[in-house]
Amino acid sequence: MRRDIFQAIADPTRRAIITLIALQAMTPNAIADNFNTTRQSVSKHLRILTECELVKQEHQGREIYYSLEIEKMKDIDKWLNQFRKIWETRFNQLDKVLSTIKKQKK
Amino acid sequence: MKNILLFDFTVDKRTKTVFVNREFAAGLSLVWDAFTKQEILDQWWAPKPWASKTKFMNFEVGGRRFYAMVSPEGQERWSIQKFTSISPKTNFKMSNAFADKDENPELPGSDWDFNFSEQNGTTKVSIIIKNESLARMEKMIEMGFREGFTMCLQQLNELLTLKNK
Repeated sequence: MRRDIFQAIADPTRRAIITLIALQAMTPNAIADNFNTTRQSVSKHLRILTECELVKQEHQGREIYYSLEIEKMKDIDKWLNQFRKIWETRFNQLDKVLSTIKKQKK
Repeated sequence: MKNILLFDFTVDKRTKTVFVNREFAAGLSLVWDAFTKQEILDQWWAPKPWASKTKFMNFEVGGRRFYAMVSPEGQERWSIQKFTSISPKTNFKMSNAFADKDENPELPGSDWDFNFSEQNGTTKVSIIIKNESLARMEKMIEMGFREGFTMCLQQLNELLTLKNK
């Protein structure tokens, strides 16, 4: 199954991981130190984030560093912009209704 | 006229909150009625070509509005709104949840806070929508898409591809 960005941010732990690695690249161990969950659980979240192409891995010696793909985060903004259109359409309709009612009252 | 009226829309993804502000070229009483009376609501709440159909609406604290968004093919998507606080012509709050046709809500929902104020014949409406989950917000947006809003088809295709994978 292909994953999309919204699965990545649908989970609070993954959002916390995103916030952490947005500041600097981190190893899985360093990330796990910030959570009260098992190392395996953090690894699972990192795997999902990687599958969503929201994080990238970089090998430095024996360590793997995870960092955020900022460009990918912009997809969320594109998506939310559609939501704005819903309201625009809805309010334009309300403008018409209001002006019709005002005319009827005159 | 329309262009000089304020419209802003912001989303705080961290707190899962949507902020919508809009001005209307009408007096406070009329705008208040447009948001709180079912016969006016049904005229604009659903973006065309969908229609809003309110089965019942008791606009009082503890009262509910049970309504559907009806597609051009007649498909109905029901929602329940429960009014939790009302200060006439100033503010009202409600909780909103998708539902089945038998009024069974699908939780989690969202909390809506509407504020109204008038200045020089222009009425400003500020809406704050707090979603209990980001997934829920996603669903709201997704349903918005299905409701056939004006947008280019390419974007729609992109979205559907994304969601079907």
